[in-house]
Amino acid sequence: MADAALYARADGLFQRKKIMSLALPAVIIGYLAYVFFAFDVPGLAERARLDNARTLVADMVSYKTHVSRDNRSGEVTVAIEGERKGEYAPGQEPDWVAMQGLTQVIDLGDGHVVTFLPENALRYDVPGFGLIEARVDGREIVSNLGDDSPDWVSASRTRLNITTDAGRVSLTRNRTEVFRYFAGWELFFFTLDSPYFGHGFSEIFFGPQIDPARSNMVGAWQDFWHNAMWRHSDVAWALFETVLMAFLGTFGAAIVALPVAFIAAKNFAPLRSLRFFMRRIFDFLRGVDGLIWTILLSRALGPGPLTGSLAILLTDTGSFGKMFSEALENVDNKQIEGISSTGASTLQRYRFGVIPQVTPVLLSQVLYYFESNTRSATIIGAITGGGIGLLLTQAMITQKDWEEVTYYIVLVVLMVMAMDSLSGWLRKRLIQGDK
Amino acid sequence: MANLTDGTAYSHPRDSYVAMIQRKRLYGGIMLAVFVLMLISGFMLADERNAGGFWAGLPQLLDFPADVVADASTKLHLMPAHLVKFFPALLETINIAAASTLIGALFAIILSLLSTRGLALWPRAIPLFRRVMDIMRAVPEIVIALVLIFILGGGPVPAMIAIAFHTAGALGKLFSEVNENADLKPVEGLHSVGATWFQRMWFGVVPQVSPNYFSYALLRFEINIRASAILGFVGAGGIGYELRNAMSWGKGKFDEAAAIFILLFLTIVIFDQLSGYVRQRLIHQEAH
Repeated sequence: MADAALYARADGLFQRKKIMSLALPAVIIGYLAYVFFAFDVPGLAERARLDNARTLVADMVSYKTHVSRDNRSGEVTVAIEGERKGEYAPGQEPDWVAMQGLTQVIDLGDGHVVTFLPENALRYDVPGFGLIEARVDGREIVSNLGDDSPDWVSASRTRLNITTDAGRVSLTRNRTEVFRYFAGWELFFFTLDSPYFGHGFSEIFFGPQIDPARSNMVGAWQDFWHNAMWRHSDVAWALFETVLMAFLGTFGAAIVALPVAFIAAKNFAPLRSLRFFMRRIFDFLRGVDGLIWTILLSRALGPGPLTGSLAILLTDTGSFGKMFSEALENVDNKQIEGISSTGASTLQRYRFGVIPQVTPVLLSQVLYYFESNTRSATIIGAITGGGIGLLLTQAMITQKDWEEVTYYIVLVVLMVMAMDSLSGWLRKRLIQGDK
Repeated sequence: MANLTDGTAYSHPRDSYVAMIQRKRLYGGIMLAVFVLMLISGFMLADERNAGGFWAGLPQLLDFPADVVADASTKLHLMPAHLVKFFPALLETINIAAASTLIGALFAIILSLLSTRGLALWPRAIPLFRRVMDIMRAVPEIVIALVLIFILGGGPVPAMIAIAFHTAGALGKLFSEVNENADLKPVEGLHSVGATWFQRMWFGVVPQVSPNYFSYALLRFEINIRASAILGFVGAGGIGYELRNAMSWGKGKFDEAAAIFILLFLTIVIFDQLSGYVRQRLIHQEAH
């Protein structure tokens, strides 16, 4: 009889486990299906801009040089990414652009040749297709392409666009433009106005002096550091600012939270109501969350690193307060009793009885947070306007500097990984070194 | 042996001890002083770089909360309507967090099993998977979210993918620490009867570690709610997006912002307490 009951119980247990093992995946799949439709994933395919993705990926690994003619003044400029700071000085054009008075011959490579002709006309020799001729006629664009133009040409009365593997040509009433694409990141080390542009590393380090006014090392460093296109010094400063926000926020919070945590710990605070009150304050600080603190502080203090630091500080005071008080509740009382038996004062009891016990625990928590706050500081920087987060959002808003975005992302990832190793190393040193 | 007769070596143990303690204290004091100096100069530097100074801004600190409270109290009768109005957005934020935690945790389980010694399918690839997790962990959510918003348009999906990506890396590391403590005997037993790698993991490892997985995932869920609210603020949908809109109405119309603050605050506190309670219970269950 007892056996039967036992069997029944075992059967019931197995039955429950069977149901659980089927029900749990079913619930998860059911929930994901709900999310799939709640987030309108099927509609996403329509909204997704794959052309944006293509531009992004292409721009990440390549850059374009614009050759553009102002159709009113006839002035021709050659500029990298079409930016003023990447403009070639007159007479210094790259060798694939030949300036021949009023006509310019632009060699796009692979036999593709574009010629700017006087009176706002252009000629594009496309290998395997033939010659495309177009010009601005009064207010309209006319070309020798009939109605059956290929699909890589888009022609209308006001605009002609030709996109081939070699580059892109666009003709409007105001501008004639040719884009030629090159692999890599443009002008990463030196801008065109630097005397060091186009010189290799070995030439700069070991070659003859290039700029008579400065030694090669100093000059190259100055021109690199103050590169107008990539702004290396600003980027380095932004990275530092982000780390600074994380540092001030984390350690500031730890310093504020430590004394307060004593009040919230059961074995140190005699007053139950005070303890309860402190705990609610910690919950409040954490509950308001970094986002709301950031908004609130930036209203009063304006955007910048201090706002970000204080937002992290406030949120983490809540987290640390809670964690520290829990750690304090777990201290061993024997050590404290030993210290008090020697006639130590309250302060001495805390200093020698409590602090040495909790320091490793607290320090490791604080260092964990330091690493994770570097990431938070990037995000808060994007909202409140400070550090690398700001540069990142700025570069993204332009929607064309994707190579800069890539650069910043790589730097952010490296920064966070470096902070991760640093905090891991410090944890090991400070905690195991003490023993 | 010579030392026994020669008393000098032992004559001042106290002095050398005191000297050592003093040296230790000195180093400790210098370290502390440097640290405090760094903190103070850091705050001064940050203050200098800030658009508004700290001392100038301090009196205005309560202006904005006061505005919000004033607007909310004059339009108190609208508050229930606002709370109802923004509830779907809140639900979306929670859904983003839940879905991304779920998806991230599933990837984290696979990644962690592949990068744990003794369990990995390809032991040679362990360092590779660890590096992959390090990189996934290091990427801030906002980076992926902003790139995906550019491609996919605004909405919850970019946020979900971004948070799930980071979660997979973060949980993967914690899970692989848990896996290292798993008992390998069930795995060996399953191996001896010819179970595939997937079966060994599913029946041999996952039942042992699932309470710890669950506890970590719950903690992550709580973090992800905050993250998804922040991502909404940069255009990824949910309550954060509504908050940014409500903030732009300006003074006198902060009643909507007040409703969103209340919803967000309550959500975070509720899930914080809930996850704390459940995790506490899980720990106590294991102690039995």
